[in-house]
Amino acid sequence: MSPLDRFCDTELSRKLMGRVAALADAVAERLGRPAVFIEVCGTHTVAISRLGLRSLLAGRVELRSGPGCPVCVTDHQEIDMMVNLARLPGVTVGTFGDMLRVPGSRSSLERERAGGADVRIFYSPLDAVAFAEANPGREVVFLGIGFETTAPAVAASLARARAKGVKNFSIFSAHKLIPPAIRAVLSDPELKLDGLILPGHVSAITGRRAFDFIVEEYGLPSVISGFEPMDILIALHELLLQLLQGEARVVNKYTRVVREEGNLDARKRIAECFEEVDVPWRGLGVIPESGLSLRETFRDFDARFKLNIEPAPPTPLYPPGCACKEILRGKLLPPECRLFGDVCTPVRPVGPCMVSSEGACAAYYRFERFSPVGGGI
Amino acid sequence: MCLGIVGKVIKVTAADDTAIIDVHGTRREISIALLGQVKVGDYVLVHAGFAIEKIDLKEAEQMVKMWEEQLNDVTPGQVL
Repeated sequence: MSPLDRFCDTELSRKLMGRVAALADAVAERLGRPAVFIEVCGTHTVAISRLGLRSLLAGRVELRSGPGCPVCVTDHQEIDMMVNLARLPGVTVGTFGDMLRVPGSRSSLERERAGGADVRIFYSPLDAVAFAEANPGREVVFLGIGFETTAPAVAASLARARAKGVKNFSIFSAHKLIPPAIRAVLSDPELKLDGLILPGHVSAITGRRAFDFIVEEYGLPSVISGFEPMDILIALHELLLQLLQGEARVVNKYTRVVREEGNLDARKRIAECFEEVDVPWRGLGVIPESGLSLRETFRDFDARFKLNIEPAPPTPLYPPGCACKEILRGKLLPPECRLFGDVCTPVRPVGPCMVSSEGACAAYYRFERFSPVGGGI
Repeated sequence: MCLGIVGKVIKVTAADDTAIIDVHGTRREISIALLGQVKVGDYVLVHAGFAIEKIDLKEAEQMVKMWEEQLNDVTPGQVL
């Protein structure tokens, strides 16, 4: 058996679960309430939901979700601009699949495709470069979405397009960065948190040090975690232990992947291509230096300039009743939204958190819709 | 999109920075442009068609072993 499989070991997980529950009780006694933790990664959202940890630890630990789903935090205005791109004659819009169904203020890429627009899903941005090479008569615009994990892939693809002289390829960058979003969440005085589970794969790029500010500025225990059952339990164990011992550190428990400085090659690629800009996040508003815009040296690959895309008018309105805004800030859990599971379902999503499979609402709908509150072990 | 997959490298083509990985029996070409050297037999973490980090199996082994020892050592009433 590979050591990686042992992170899914049932017997070991069950034993660790017992330790976590006992620690949680000790912490709850000290605090006079259950500890509240938040994760900021769509894959953690899904893993915690799928494992049923929330009901197992009900009354002992409260697990919340933050703005960790890149599709969910893409602003209406940016989606409207993507829709406008898809409507241009001769343009093929290439995207990661999750973006297709996310509603803008009037339409979505899926609806545009149904109406005849050429919108294609690519697993890798390199596939979009290859498609552009094979179809020189079309302008292929790849939507740069996602956090630190997808940005270097897009940057490397851009370098490939430039090296190969592919002139009919461009990027519409809507990339976002996780550390500034964490700062925005933690700056909200209404949200009382006791610790953070930090995104393992984003950390693989940024490195552990990128999160030191959480302890320096907010004094909160934080742990970088992987995504298997043992990983998440180890992370909870670490957070609870720090709380019990009155400590606050940023600890890396995903040591098989994450290094202190992260992936320096990938960080260099990002820095070569992009610069940090202030951008709006759905639910969180404009966050300083939280988005990645292509540098001036890449203007010939920047769809915003190449195709002269006008900024769409801002649309601060949310669908009536939709609580995605509060859910993305960790203030409400999906079942506390009055549309959840009734008006808003994965088949007919109202808000973005129900659209993406990494969204908190979609994860709850799939794994926790019928789970009893208060399970225990 | 953010879904990371873990695969074992079974072929490396250094000339164009690509590799073939095996993911539970499924094979796929990936780019290794974001990593330094990658060898056949390495495990890599892949996002959007790019390997973003090598997986340190020794580190994984050590961590699991440590937890196995801790959790199998039953001391009554032990909390930590």
